[in-house]
Order: sequence, then C-alpha cells, then structure tokens
Amino acid sequence: MEEIKPQLIKITFDGIEVEVEPGTTIMQAARKIAEADESQGHLVPPAMCYYKPLPTSGGKCRACLVRVAQGSAKDPRPMPKLVPSCITQVQEGMVVENTTNPAVLDTRKSIVEFLLINHPLDCPVCDQAGECHLQDFSFEHGSAKTRYEEERRTFEKIDIGPFVQLHMTRCILCYRCVYTADQITNNRVHGVMNRGDASEISTYIEKAIDNDFSGNVIDVCPVGALTDKTYRFKSRVWFSKPEDAHCDCDKCSGKVTLWYRGDEVIRVTARKNMWGEVNEFICNKCRFERKKTSDWVIEGPTKVKRSSVISANKYRKDLIAKPEFALKLAATQFKPIDDERAYTTDIETVRHQSIENNDKANHRSLLTDNRN
Amino acid sequence: MAKKILTEHINVPGIETFEVYRKQGGYTAVEKAIKTMTPEEVVEEAKKSGIRGRGGAGFPMGMKWGFLAKPEGVPRYLVCNADESEPGTFKDHHLMKCLPHLLIEGMIVSSFALGANKSFIYVRGELMYVIRILEKAIEEAKANGFLGKNILGSGYDLELVVQPGGGAYICGEETALLESLEGKRGNPRNKPPFPAVKGLYQSPTVVNNVESIANMPWVINHGGDAYAAIGIGRSTGTKLISASGHIQKPGVYEIELGVSVDEFLYSDEYCGGIRKGHHLKALVAGGSSVPILPAHLITKTAAGEDRLMSYESLSDGGFATGTMLGSGGFIVFDETACIVRNTWNFSRFYHHESCGQCSPCREGTGWMEKVLHRIEHGHGSMHDIDLLVDIAKKIEGNTICPLGDASAWPIASAVRHFREEFEWHITNPHEASQPGAVFMGAVLA
Repeated sequence: MEEIKPQLIKITFDGIEVEVEPGTTIMQAARKIAEADESQGHLVPPAMCYYKPLPTSGGKCRACLVRVAQGSAKDPRPMPKLVPSCITQVQEGMVVENTTNPAVLDTRKSIVEFLLINHPLDCPVCDQAGECHLQDFSFEHGSAKTRYEEERRTFEKIDIGPFVQLHMTRCILCYRCVYTADQITNNRVHGVMNRGDASEISTYIEKAIDNDFSGNVIDVCPVGALTDKTYRFKSRVWFSKPEDAHCDCDKCSGKVTLWYRGDEVIRVTARKNMWGEVNEFICNKCRFERKKTSDWVIEGPTKVKRSSVISANKYRKDLIAKPEFALKLAATQFKPIDDERAYTTDIETVRHQSIENNDKANHRSLLTDNRN
Repeated sequence: MAKKILTEHINVPGIETFEVYRKQGGYTAVEKAIKTMTPEEVVEEAKKSGIRGRGGAGFPMGMKWGFLAKPEGVPRYLVCNADESEPGTFKDHHLMKCLPHLLIEGMIVSSFALGANKSFIYVRGELMYVIRILEKAIEEAKANGFLGKNILGSGYDLELVVQPGGGAYICGEETALLESLEGKRGNPRNKPPFPAVKGLYQSPTVVNNVESIANMPWVINHGGDAYAAIGIGRSTGTKLISASGHIQKPGVYEIELGVSVDEFLYSDEYCGGIRKGHHLKALVAGGSSVPILPAHLITKTAAGEDRLMSYESLSDGGFATGTMLGSGGFIVFDETACIVRNTWNFSRFYHHESCGQCSPCREGTGWMEKVLHRIEHGHGSMHDIDLLVDIAKKIEGNTICPLGDASAWPIASAVRHFREEFEWHITNPHEASQPGAVFMGAVLA
C-alpha cells in the first residue's frame, strides 16, 4: 500500500525556497534550510525562549521576529507586524524576510539591548559562558555599547534542591524551565512570581525541586541563571572536552554527553542538537551521580556542529593548525559588531586604541616605564 | 437632550433591584430573543447594529460573534470583560454599580446568540462591592426564571458566574483574562489561535466589554437598524465617556457618537468647560493608552475640520496629529499640569502593570519610566528625549499583547507634541524639579 504523504508547502525564506510539511513553523522551515546546507546557518532566526522539545514554549523573547512580506499565495498581503517565527505557521506561498530586511535586524538589535539592560555582565565568572545563548545572541546581533545608565535589578541566589542553584539576576525570563517543570515532571512547584521586570522564577516558598528530572532545568536555561551545583566554578566550558556516552538507566534513555577535564568527568549533560536543544531529557541520577568513566560506555567525541567556542578552539584541527587562527577568527567576527573603533590585528594600533579608550595619562606613564 | 440607550433609567430609585428594573421594561429583550428569535437572528441584529467593541479596540462586535467557531460537541463560552483598569476610564464600574440587571440582561441575550450555556463576568478584583451587587442581581434573575435551567420554558439553560480578578491591569487583555479565569497566571497568550477558536478551556470563546454587552437589550428591543441610525458613519450608537481632570463637571456621560469634542468639553450638558480661571492645555481622549493631544489639535483636526467624538474623527491624522477614542477615558489637563510629570506617571503605571512575559515590554517599560523619572527630577540630558522616542518605537508592535503599544504611545505622543516642555526640564533642572513646577512657554506662545 502506498503511504499517503501530506501535501508539502512551499515557502520562500530570505530568497531560498524550501518545502515543508503543513503545520511547520517559520523557524523550523529556516532550520531545515540550515540543516541541509550548513553554510546557511546564519539565516536561522535566533531563539532565546523557544525550545522545540517543550511544546507551547516560544513567542516570549521576540528575538526571532521576522517580516512576512507575503502572507500566502491566496492572500498575498504582507503581515502588518513582525511575527515571531518560532510560533507562526507557514502558509503555501509565504515569503519571509529575515536577514534581508533591515527593520528585522534593527528590531533584533533592540531585543538584545532590552535583554541585556537587566542582565549582569558577569560572563567572566559565569559557568554558562561559552555555551550561553544570550552571549551568542548579543555577539551576533547586539551593539557594543549600552545606552542604559540606571541600576540593574539584582536578586539573592537561591538554592533549589541539592543540585540546582538559581541566580535570578541573570535570568531573562524565557519560561523554559517553567515549561520543563510543568511538562516533564509531576508536582508543579516551580513558576513565576510577581510582574514585569520584578518577576522572578521561583519555587513555592523556596521549596526544593524534588524529583528525578529536576536537573533538566539546567540544560534548558539559555543563560547562567540555573546552574549545576556539582559543576559550579569547576572549569570553563571551553577547557572541557565533550564525549558522547550512554549507560543502562531505568529512568531515562541514558544517552548523555560527558564533559572531561583531563581524565575527570566534571559534568554530565543531556545531548544537544545543533540548535542547543536537548535530544532526550536525562534523569538526575545520570546527571549528578554517575561521574566516573566506569559508569559509562563511551561512544566518542561529541560533534559540535554550529560555531561555538567549543568547536572553534578544540575540534576544527584544520584551522587551529595555523598559528594566526585565533586572532584571525576574532578579527573577522568582530567586524560586524557595531562599534566605532576599527578592528585590527596590528599590535601597535591595538595598543594605541587601548590607550585612547582608557586613562591616557596612566597608560602613557606605563609605556614610558616599559620603554625605559 | 441626546439619545440615551444605556443610562435612560439610571436615575430611577431602586433600579438595581429586579422589580423596578422589570417595571421599566427590563428583560423584555430576553423574552423577545428567546421566545421569538433564533440565535442566528440575534447575531444578525448585532451585525446590523454596527456596534463596535467598547473596550478600546473598537472591533465590530457582530463580526467578532460571526468568527466564533462552532464545532460539534464543544461548549462555547461568553466572557464579559469587566476588568476595567485603564487610568481615566471608569464607565463600566458606574454601569455595573447602577444597572446590574442591564448587564445581566445583555449577558443572557448574548449568550443565547452564541449558544453559550455558561458565561462569565470577570470583574476587576478591587470592585468587591460591585461583585456583590452583581451576584445579588443574578440571584434575583434566577429566582424569576431568567437564568438557570430552562429559561422561560424554552429549554435554553444558562449559568452566569461572576469571577473577581486578582487586580492586574493585564487581565483586561482578553487572552490574559482567559488565562486568569482558568486559574493561571494572567499572561497574554500568543495569537493565533484567537479566542474565537481556542479560548477559555481551549473552547471557542467570545470576550466582550461590559458596555458592548449592555447595549444588546436595546438592539434586540428596537432592532439593529434603529441602533445603526444613531451615531455617525461607522461609529454607531452611544458611548459612555468617563470625563475627569480639570473640568467643571467630571463624571460618566452617555453621548451619541458624533457629538463634537467642542460641545462635549464646553457645554453644560457634559463637562461644563475647563475649571474657572484656567484654560485647556492638553487632552487624553480615550484612556491613558492613547496618544495625548495638545490644545490646538483637540477641537479641530489638522485639516481644520471640527473634531467629533467618534472612532474615525478622533483618529483623523493618524498618530501624527490624531488620537483614538479608545475606552472613552477623557482626561483633561489645564495649563497647571506638567506633561512630563504626567507622562512619567503613566509610564510608572505601565511599568508596574507589565506582565513580564515578553522582553520589549518587560524591560522597556521600566527603562522608559526611569528615563522619565530622571528628566522630571532634573537629571536628564538632551539625548534622553531621543532615547525615549527610540525605546517607544522599539516596543511598539513587537510585543505579544497591546500593553506594549499602550505604554509606548503616550510617551511618543507627549514628546511629539510637547518636546519644548521636555527640553525645558533638561535645561532648567533646578526649576523643573521643584514641586508643582510647570513649563509656561507653551501657554505664552
């Protein structure tokens, strides 16, 4: 018997035609383009709150807003507002503009600005740095300067359970952890309190999240608001080496990524796909307690598909073999950032720029001291 | 005297009781609709009447009813939005307090039209005494056979539930209201799906404002065409306006749409003019969310035509020189009012009421409030003004619900029309930060 396939829908995304199944969102269509051709990865709208494994997530951060220049073949009118691509379903003949529309990019830049005004710039001490979605998002779309002069909101750190720490100051209120707690665990004790920029992720009167899958909130957190207490301050992400491994677990699939520093497993996480989304949620026992290599069957090094500090510095050996690699990469990637200063790798110019941008007298005296 | 539809009997003593209301011709619309009409005919009358939603957006109510999905075996709901919390708007409060049976009659007729067997009135939590009035009225209607099982022997059942809100402005947004009604946190939902397809408990739902529903008994009694004959153009019927601020006679007035702003503001029948010895400086025509207008654009449009109290005339000129009828919160400022301080006050409200779900509104409203606070208290700089406009522009249209727009419009319009006053606050920080200090330049010019 012939299998009945649903009629595919053809849409145009940034000038590229793609065929997808009905009910697909614009975001998924864009990801399909990038999955077929990795060089198109930059076309995919960023997602700060949308998380495919968690149904009904999305639509909150507005980072993925795109312009629909043509609603469908039947009704070719453009949509009046920018639409969130993560939850907007495609229609036959839809024409979507993402990177090709300056208004979209401008809005995206402002979303970065909004997300950062209450986010502490403590990346140097944050465990998430290096695999932080907000870091990537602001690096790719943000501006180098802030116009925000006021005080940022701050919160006390809260321990929720023996394994997870909540640092609300870093939270961007994507609600992913709330959906995780709602959808993959019983007993809902985790939610959002208060309103507006005072709202905070919280458990019922600081009650511990006590269930076998609570650790997954760490994986879904796009920033460093929910961190693994067994891993806090142990290492930087880019100093550790990920290996795929599995074990026979009665609660979850047991498919994980082990993060090594030397021979020591310093962290266990779920496996993530190229969009930073977990493939399968794992249980707390796998995550927090099985920290010996002997607990696992190693499958081999994890392939980190998209550009990240992990892949850039460790696994692309063809590139890293060249001595000027790091500097070159930094220079080419810095250029798109909106900053008045010109970027250069010329060491003299760099020194001059840093002098201009800092306390001139101080630096001058330092330089003269060095020369003498 | 202008035509009165809603408030015709408002001054009759005891109108809040069933007996008096019935003597004044109450509940005849229920009898007419349930006994002689089909639900489709009631919807048709609503469409003919051309009545537009009175909650602020002005969407035609009949059309909204027409969108309601009617799948087999799924209940449908009617929800009355009585979560009136817009600064400057207090008409629904007045209507429910004085004429509870009018709303209940409207609810019965509308629920019948939509085929809803359970309907809700979501009342702002602060109005506990109004909730008690409504509950008492519902008991009376039930005792007289107008609610409950088998209404008037027709076989149609309707249960009416009054639900107090928790006191959040955002729950006046229809999808946030539905979330709140379901017992969840009042966060607006992403649309689509619209409530007409998936609303309360994922069932088709219509959410209507109190005033819109209260118009329905009259529409049934006199016909949709008679209703459409009142008013002007596409602004049919009458509208309750809550007038406040520096006027002689603040209060709730029922006007026929199409009355000129000039008449409404200065005639003794309505506001009675600006308070003695002062003159008009600015006006917010439709509740705090709509753009503020300076004196010279209020009674005349930019093209020099008379401005009327109607959806079209008030929005003449777009946001550059016009505003919106909104929910009818008519706030009048005379020359003693400081626009910067007022704008700061509005933005403080939106900052406090933002639900915190989507980033532009959550972060932007707080940011704008802080910048305005800075300007008002003499710490601002010139580029803060452009910053404000820019933030407002970045919020507008990029949020899940209209609260983002509502927070951006008053600020953008205040800077557009009163930029001089903002600049004066920055160039004269010491003077401007004194209590009661007001920029007089615009008055002299």
